[in-house]
Amino acid sequence: MSDPIQIKGLREGLLVTLGDGPWEEIAAALLQRVTDQPAFFQGARLALDIGAHELRVVELSALRDQLSERGMTLWAILSESPTTEQTAQNLGMATRISKPRPEDARPVFEAPAENVALWVHQTVRSGTRIEFAGPVVVLGDVNPGGEIMAGGSVIVWGRLRGVVHAGAQGDEKAVVCALDLAPTQLRIAAEIAVSPQRSGKSHPEIACLRDGQIVAELWQAS
Amino acid sequence: MTAKIITITSGKGGVGKTTAVANIAVSLAARGQKVVCIDGDIGLRNLDVVLGLENRIVYDLVDVIEGRCRLRQAMIRDKRLPELHLIPAAQTRDKSAVSPSDMIRLGDELREECDWVIIDSPAGIERGFRNAIAAADKVLVMTNPEVSAVRDADRVVGLLDADEKGPASLIINRLNITMVKRGDMLAVEDVLELLAIELIGIVPEDEGVIVASNRGTPLALDPKSRAGLAFQNIARRILGEEIPFLDLENHNLLQRIFTGRKTT
Repeated sequence: MSDPIQIKGLREGLLVTLGDGPWEEIAAALLQRVTDQPAFFQGARLALDIGAHELRVVELSALRDQLSERGMTLWAILSESPTTEQTAQNLGMATRISKPRPEDARPVFEAPAENVALWVHQTVRSGTRIEFAGPVVVLGDVNPGGEIMAGGSVIVWGRLRGVVHAGAQGDEKAVVCALDLAPTQLRIAAEIAVSPQRSGKSHPEIACLRDGQIVAELWQAS
Repeated sequence: MTAKIITITSGKGGVGKTTAVANIAVSLAARGQKVVCIDGDIGLRNLDVVLGLENRIVYDLVDVIEGRCRLRQAMIRDKRLPELHLIPAAQTRDKSAVSPSDMIRLGDELREECDWVIIDSPAGIERGFRNAIAAADKVLVMTNPEVSAVRDADRVVGLLDADEKGPASLIINRLNITMVKRGDMLAVEDVLELLAIELIGIVPEDEGVIVASNRGTPLALDPKSRAGLAFQNIARRILGEEIPFLDLENHNLLQRIFTGRKTT
């Protein structure tokens, strides 16, 4: 049987690729390996490629704590499962690692599946970053310090106070709308705008790109 | 006994976590509850000073974890309130001396010993914070009515949700009603609007807090102190009593808190 744990050195630390099989066994094998070779792993920054395993917060945070007790930092999770990616992001871990070669230095977005949006049913708090290749819908607020990077449009059913980038791969048709549009910074395709100081009551607004400039206007049901 | 474990944390430093732990612990103990408070700020311990128990430390948290003493030996009994105990932090070590699972084990052991365990979290969101929340049944997030503290509190609330430690409750500390009226300070509802978690206490700014922590006599022992009363009220809410928020010379504020933000 091939080794379920492959280890590779990276600029950012170690990349550990885990094989298939029941998660408890894989996690136990990893912890065993780490315990067997303390000198090699001590103080290491670990990125885990966990393939198709679907992990929830309990499992991932337990693994993080166990690794941390052995002197390692788990900083990134690479996974094919969107559930696992979401879990990792919720726990404040990276879900992609920058490739050392310059041609790959730009963030890699997967080809967007047409008309598939990411549904975020929670407030995006400070320190949370949501990345998605297609459109993103948030049912909740986006607080200052929270970030949304979307390949398509962004709709916030709540107050938008954080940073939002719509059309991050260059889609100039992308729009951003919110019940209260007051982002720290708003980007559409390659353009960047900051919210003007505003007072008084807030209204639903929609921002789009017009003649190379980001403009926001009241949203009117027509 | 099956103690409930409460952790007070904030993200940002200097918002008043240690003062809150000392005062809430004192208030609970004054109501006959057996309380153990733990200073989680290994390497930068303060809770012993604020409680006036610095000169009684023999063993500390790290001694318990590393098995150099029994749990009871590290529990310092308060000189005023026999129900109040402190497990101090080690001053000569750092956060890595303790792990989250050590804290869970310690918490399980303490559950049999008392009614309440109150853990003082260090500032930050790293190892010390992880240790402090590991065993918690309930987390109280503390903030001051200023933008930077609220931003950090928001981050902490998000981390607690992700760790399934939520929903957290909120303590707003150091509210200066005169400044709020002038429009120079965030109002309670501004903070609540952003953080959107349950409010468990509003503590007014009070010079007496500094005097009290220098003396090592928590304000909650002083019946005349407004801040002390606010902390006593938090303790009573923790015990399940329905206590209205203090009237900080502003009836409108009070009404708005009670009726919620939907009316505004």
